[in-house]
Amino acid sequence: MQHAIDISVTVNGERVQARVEPRTHLIDFLRETLDLTGSHAGCEHGVCGACSIMVDGQMVRGCLMLAVQADGASVQTIEGLTESGAIAALQEAFVARNALQCGFCTPGMLVAAAELLRAHPAPTREQVREGISGNYCRCTGYHAIVDAVIDAAATMRKG
Amino acid sequence: MKPAPFAYARAKSLDDVFDTLDAHGDQARLIAGGQSLIATLNLRLSTPSLLLDINGLAELRGIKVESNTLRIGALTRHAELGADPLVARHAPLLAEAVPHIAHAAIRNRGTIGGSVAFADPAAELPACMLALEATIVAQGRGGERRIAADDFFKGLYETDLRDGELIVALEVPLPAAVQRSALIELARRHGDYAIVGLAALVRPGVARLAWFGVGGTPLRSLLAEAAFAHGDLAAAQDALAQDLDPPGDLHGPPQFRLHLARVLLGRAFAKLKG
Repeated sequence: MQHAIDISVTVNGERVQARVEPRTHLIDFLRETLDLTGSHAGCEHGVCGACSIMVDGQMVRGCLMLAVQADGASVQTIEGLTESGAIAALQEAFVARNALQCGFCTPGMLVAAAELLRAHPAPTREQVREGISGNYCRCTGYHAIVDAVIDAAATMRKG
Repeated sequence: MKPAPFAYARAKSLDDVFDTLDAHGDQARLIAGGQSLIATLNLRLSTPSLLLDINGLAELRGIKVESNTLRIGALTRHAELGADPLVARHAPLLAEAVPHIAHAAIRNRGTIGGSVAFADPAAELPACMLALEATIVAQGRGGERRIAADDFFKGLYETDLRDGELIVALEVPLPAAVQRSALIELARRHGDYAIVGLAALVRPGVARLAWFGVGGTPLRSLLAEAAFAHGDLAAAQDALAQDLDPPGDLHGPPQFRLHLARVLLGRAFAKLKG
C-alpha cells in the first residue's frame, strides 16, 4: 500500500474512519471495505452509470472519484437512499412497471432518476431519457424505465 | 480497471502546487474534477506517481464581474456554470453549452479549468472559449500569464500551458450591446461527445464560429466567418470546405462531417437571426 491516507466520511448517516490507498475508487471503498454492495461497479471508466451514488447531495460516478477525495463528505449509497425512504416511490414504480430485468443498472438508475425528479418534479419523457442518458441498461430497452420514472413522479407530486 | 498505485496530496496553496510541480515534474498530475483524468488512470493510459488535489483552493473558485470581464474560477463545476445568474446574463453561450456536456453526474464534478486544460477537441467548453474571445489566465511561480483563447489550443490535447503552470481562471469579455450566441451539436446519443459541434457568436459585422469534433483542436472557420458576418449563409457554407479538414472515423468519412457542419451552420444562422 503506497502512502495510505486516513479519511473520515459520513456514509448513509454513519461516520466512518478508514485508512485508504489513494488509488481506491470511492465505489470500491463502499463495496469492498464497507460491504455496501448495493451500488455496482460496471465499466470503471465513467461510462455506464452503474456506480452512481450521492456525495453531498449530488449524484456522482463512484468510479470517477477516489475514496480519499470523499474525506469530510456525506455519501449516500442505494442502501441509505432505500432506508430513508427517499426513493420509495421510484422503487415501487420500477417493480410495477417491470423497469428492471437483471437489476445490475437499477441502483444507478434510481439515483439518476431521483436527481432528475428533484430538479424536474413533472418531467417529460424526453427529459427522463436525458436524465438517464448516462446510465446504461442492457435488458429493458429503457422504455419501461421511462414509464416507471413518469409514474413515480406523478405519485410523488400527489405526496 | 483499477489505476496503478500513486501517492496523493491536497494542495493548501498555489505555492504548494508550484513546489510539487517543480519537485515532481510530469510525474505529478493535478486533479480537479477528475472526470477525464480518473478515467485515464483507470485505463492506465496515465500513470503518474503523484496526484495533487487542487479542489481545496478557494482562490480558484467563484464567478464575478471585474471591470469589463466575467471572471470564472477554474474550479467552477459544469453544473455551477449552468446555474449561475452572472453566466446566464453575460455569457449565455456557456449556460447553453452545459446541458450538452456528458451527463448530470459528470457535470456535478467536472470543472471548466480542467476541461480547457485537457483540451479535448470534441468538448464544448474549449470551443466556447474561442467563440467568446476568452482569455485563459494561467499562473506559475513567476506570476500570471494571460493567453488569448485563439493562441491557447496548440494540438491534440496540447495547449500553451507551460510546465509548472495551471489555469486559475477564465475571463470572458462582457458582451457588446447587440450580441447573440448559439451552441449546436450533433451526437448519436445525448451526452456523447459531438460528431460535429458549433459554438457561434455574432454581433454587427462580426461572426466567430468555433467548431468542435472536426479536427485535432477546437478551431475557427475564418472564411465562413467573413461570409456569415455579412449574412451570406450560402457562401459561408461553401467556405467551410476550405476552412475545415475533418477526419474520417467510425461515424463516417470526412465528407460526412463536412456535410453536418454545413447543416449546423444553417441551423445556427436561423437561430441567430432570432
